[in-house]
Amino acid sequence: MMIENQPLETVEPAKIAEYAAAKRAGGWRLVQISCTSLADAFELTYSFDKDYALQNARVIQPREGAPLPSITASYLAGFTYENELQDLFGVRLSGLALDFKGQFYRLRAKTPMSEPHVTTKPAAKPAANPTPGN
Amino acid sequence: MSFFKKSPWLLHYDASSCNGCDIEVLACLTPVYDVERFGIVNTGNPKHADILVITGSVNEPTREVILNLYNQMPHPKVVVAVGVCAATGGIFRDTYNVLGGVDTVLPVDVYVPGCAARPEAIIDGVVKALGILETKAAALKAGAAEPAAVEGSK
Amino acid sequence: MGARTIIPFGPQHPVLPEPIHLDLVLEDEKVVEAIPSIGFIHRGLERLAEKKDIHEMAYVSERICGICSFTHGMGYCTAIEAVMKIDVPERGHYLRMIWSEMSRIHSHLLWAGLLADGFGFENLFMQSWRLRERILDLIEETTGGRVIFGSCKIGGSRRDIADDVMARLLKELASLEKDCHAITDTFMEDSTVAKRTRGVGVIAPDDAIALGAVGPMLRASGVASDSRSLGYALYPELSFAPIVEKDGDCWARTAVRVREIYQSFDLIRQCAAKMKPGPVDVKVSGNPSGEYWARLEQPRGEVIYYVKGNGTKNLERYRVRTPTFANVPPLVHMLKNIDLADVPVIVLTIDPCISCTER
Repeated sequence: MMIENQPLETVEPAKIAEYAAAKRAGGWRLVQISCTSLADAFELTYSFDKDYALQNARVIQPREGAPLPSITASYLAGFTYENELQDLFGVRLSGLALDFKGQFYRLRAKTPMSEPHVTTKPAAKPAANPTPGN
Repeated sequence: MSFFKKSPWLLHYDASSCNGCDIEVLACLTPVYDVERFGIVNTGNPKHADILVITGSVNEPTREVILNLYNQMPHPKVVVAVGVCAATGGIFRDTYNVLGGVDTVLPVDVYVPGCAARPEAIIDGVVKALGILETKAAALKAGAAEPAAVEGSK
Repeated sequence: MGARTIIPFGPQHPVLPEPIHLDLVLEDEKVVEAIPSIGFIHRGLERLAEKKDIHEMAYVSERICGICSFTHGMGYCTAIEAVMKIDVPERGHYLRMIWSEMSRIHSHLLWAGLLADGFGFENLFMQSWRLRERILDLIEETTGGRVIFGSCKIGGSRRDIADDVMARLLKELASLEKDCHAITDTFMEDSTVAKRTRGVGVIAPDDAIALGAVGPMLRASGVASDSRSLGYALYPELSFAPIVEKDGDCWARTAVRVREIYQSFDLIRQCAAKMKPGPVDVKVSGNPSGEYWARLEQPRGEVIYYVKGNGTKNLERYRVRTPTFANVPPLVHMLKNIDLADVPVIVLTIDPCISCTER
């Protein structure tokens, strides 16, 4: 079985809009934005695809501090993912082209994914290789 | 088998099902299973419906929609909960947006088991519902008061 | 210019088996804007990863959506297998490909029926679903389930297909393929179908990419992108090329899906010819540590399963980006400046699946 090569680079939260604009100019397609709640920050991954090659950009957005710049200026389609970040995780965003202001999802409780997952026991050892296949 | 003189119409609503039971409900209406042979017709209008078929567990936004649909249906009416999610919440019982089975919101007359419920089971459930519908119709005819509308309590 | 009217579309609407809500802003009969609002089916199953262990999550994953159920299970397992570096035996991969192509045929026939219902061709709807029952019978014979198969697990396949069953399956598929022409010819050649679909809901190739369209939506606009070309499972062993149409309208999307039905028949035959006897699964022990984005091609398009494990039996994060979610921005784009009567057809040609959009 083939395991995809999935390079991951780290991007400063303030630089993500510029990073996305460069990707758009280079002909990349926005694949997805995902978010993992950590204790003190949100770990976001922006995935782009060009000719079946995947490029991931990792952004660590602190819970407090400046809001995350939106990438909707380059990728309008990002509005679904960014509204999801806002509704489910409580990530604060600035410059969102289509802002549903927390009404994109209809939820029982506000930002239900904001707390980190409680796993059964703490990891015995931290992940040595975060991107398998590299 | 129960027998109902008039042709009962069915309204289907997906409360938060995974689609598995929904397409099986639809499959009941198409060739091979074909519930139209019992005179059952699928309608999109609650005011025409006698049987409310609900698939999936109830979550916050669909709770009000279900109440709305149910209260718009004329008496007599029956509710059929299709699949384990509609019965108890099923595999999604523990998720943060799910309230539970349909009976957390509405009085349910027939529960159809299965994940996904098989068309045969759904048809059995609907036919069973016809019997209950007939009893309710007879009670209304004999002068029983119409049950009050179900209120949603937050 | 007339006054603006807002028509609520859904959540309970006859053309939608599932609830989604759109506010359609109209000027006379023209839709000038559509504002989507989702969340009726949102269950929050990604968070179940903290309550169910990695093996149980395969079942949860299958229940993201009852139409693409097999691919959901397979995608989740592929992601976990990549993190844990599990080598699935060849026969396990071939079985998975056969089932995922069978579910593609079932999904496309189901969609064809719903589309026919959407433009009022009741007979075509019933005929499509009649043929779909035959593929469901084969799925049931080989997996035990009609819509939720439960035959995929981490490490391979839970079931095998015996040789005599496989022979019968191929024979029935060949006969089904022949019968499918009766309905697909109607979709491709009938003038009433063309009238409702030609030139409706056009998306240009550049727009399709910019708006993040995936799957048949993207391919109907002339972009050859199919995740099966990535080479997950054993697709590189098969002769396969993405199916592309160039018009980008509802008709082109119908044509892509119709041709994919026949492509899937062909892929199943290729799998059956290449399959050798052998084990279908390997024993799995330990817990995943690391992360991976598995990309697969569902009937509705590219789907992403992201898993992040921290060495415990529960995942730290499980995220699914489903094709319909990616196709919401193109849908909103298409719903501008069209006739109100075309709304159901346009909504149906993205092949909406709300339960996977909202998870």
